[in-house]
Amino acid sequence: MRSIDEIRSAIAEGRTTALEIVEACYAQIKKEDGEIGAFLTLSEDRAMAQVERIHKLAADGKPLPPLAGVPVAIKDVMVTRGVRTTAGSKILEHFVPPYDCTAVARLEAAGAVVLGKLNCDEFAMGSSTENSAYRPVRNPRDKTRVPGGSSGGSAAAVAARMAVATLGSDTGGSIRQPASFCGVVGLKPTYGRVSRYGLIAFASSLDHIGPFAHRVKDAALVLRTIAGRDPMDSTSAEVPVPDYVAELEKALAGSKRAVKIGVAKEYFGSGLDVEVRAAVEAAIQKLGSLGCEIVPVSLPHTEYAIPAYYIVATAEASANLARYDGVRYGFRARGARSLAEMYRETRDGGFGMEVKRRIMLGTYALSAGYYDAYYLKAQKVRTLLTRDFDEAFKKVDVIAAPTAPTVAFKLGEKVDDPLAMYLADIYTVTANLAGIPGISIPCAETREGLPIGLQIFGRWFDEATVLRVAHAYETASVGGR
Amino acid sequence: MVEIHFTSITMKVTDKEVAYVAELANLELTADERARMLRDLNSILEYVDRLNEVNTGDIEPMAQVSDRYGVDESRQGSERFAYAAREDVKEGLRKSLPHEDAMENAPETDGTFFEVPKVIER
Repeated sequence: MRSIDEIRSAIAEGRTTALEIVEACYAQIKKEDGEIGAFLTLSEDRAMAQVERIHKLAADGKPLPPLAGVPVAIKDVMVTRGVRTTAGSKILEHFVPPYDCTAVARLEAAGAVVLGKLNCDEFAMGSSTENSAYRPVRNPRDKTRVPGGSSGGSAAAVAARMAVATLGSDTGGSIRQPASFCGVVGLKPTYGRVSRYGLIAFASSLDHIGPFAHRVKDAALVLRTIAGRDPMDSTSAEVPVPDYVAELEKALAGSKRAVKIGVAKEYFGSGLDVEVRAAVEAAIQKLGSLGCEIVPVSLPHTEYAIPAYYIVATAEASANLARYDGVRYGFRARGARSLAEMYRETRDGGFGMEVKRRIMLGTYALSAGYYDAYYLKAQKVRTLLTRDFDEAFKKVDVIAAPTAPTVAFKLGEKVDDPLAMYLADIYTVTANLAGIPGISIPCAETREGLPIGLQIFGRWFDEATVLRVAHAYETASVGGR
Repeated sequence: MVEIHFTSITMKVTDKEVAYVAELANLELTADERARMLRDLNSILEYVDRLNEVNTGDIEPMAQVSDRYGVDESRQGSERFAYAAREDVKEGLRKSLPHEDAMENAPETDGTFFEVPKVIER
């Protein structure tokens, strides 16, 4: 029982029950997760209440909602009413939110069963999930390696079949890069496509919520459920949500014109692993053989994306994380003699090193005398990076590239070198700066058996074409796997 | 573990600035953390310096991407985002969070207020 449709129809036809499915997931979690570490909290009571609702619908012969009985899990940066939400940080170790994130509420309204909350880098800051204040996550495909990050738990839970779909967040690649490392599908939608209400803020102009699944169709189903305007997030866009699942079946080439796929040399430069390069080039050839037209494009400012990103993201983070002061919720250091001392000791004790590093970098970039040189400069470069995509999308419908320069690296390999860790996001941060959608789908394995991801970018709010190309590639390469 | 190789010529951030920025950010940092921060911030900022290779003379800064879609192109400034605003209502306002729910996560409370160390001495 692997796909959302299979689950829903099996329940509707009485071949199984939501309870059986959810119990099988919890059994798999019990068996596998001691070693993998994808889950931080299990929400069994909440899951069972939802199972009861689905059961009642099925028993009464009522129509089942589109995600009926589908076991999902949520990255622990999305708040869940009554279920502990930590953001992977000690500062929120005992935080029990009083409200639900919109994306989670929409999944449940569509019948999904929330199994629990997933491990991640602290405040989603990292590319390996080793910055979790609780424990690192191990890659189910090779347990000596990282699952990627920051949504490492979300990718690993799907890869190890502990959940059918999960939600992650992506501020610089945190959905796509772990999807690539764990051999699953991960989609970052357009900025504004999915409400951020209830997503614990890291960098508000770059943060996105999106799905992980085994197959593109399931990612499309989850996106269709969570997308659309939400009055609780003023940056959620007033743009109609198409039926992404129906769009999948449209042909890539045919009576009108073939989908044009751009390939930018800037995504195939030095630093790209030879096996990854060969696999991604072969995948692009395959898209060509499916009738797509392959067109060279140029994205000349790509090399400036990482430095621009690390200024913009840390500047926003330094402001967003100012709220953790030990007054209203979260950890508070004891014994302080003054309010200022209480703030400092709370933050010193509650935040891990990477979070402190980013708060420091962001505060520095925003401080008097450096604002123009760093923050304003980075914002101008962001304009240029976005214009690169504007130009490219005049010529092509989507752009194909590697998701990450390497496959999953070893645990501990990059923990002492923040800059090396930042470069793991070199092919993904551009989509966050510009706000365009991007997906990572598995396209090959190395000789060692480690998954390689193919990334496909699309125009603003054109997830439909991104998903359609990804689905066509998946269907042609794995058939009915 | 902590080794500092920077010469004064390549140092962009000094130890004194690290201490100053930590104060702005309401962090204290241990001596060890401060040394690591000095090393890491210098290494990251040195990398960030390549932004200066880009000519950004007359380029507008981009703070967010939301104004690409759904906005009213005929208007200026925040008026462009009129869709995101709701009508003022007198009746039927969304209920606010109940007081006790809002206090539930407070580390120290007397049941009505959040308690913090004394701010003003008498």
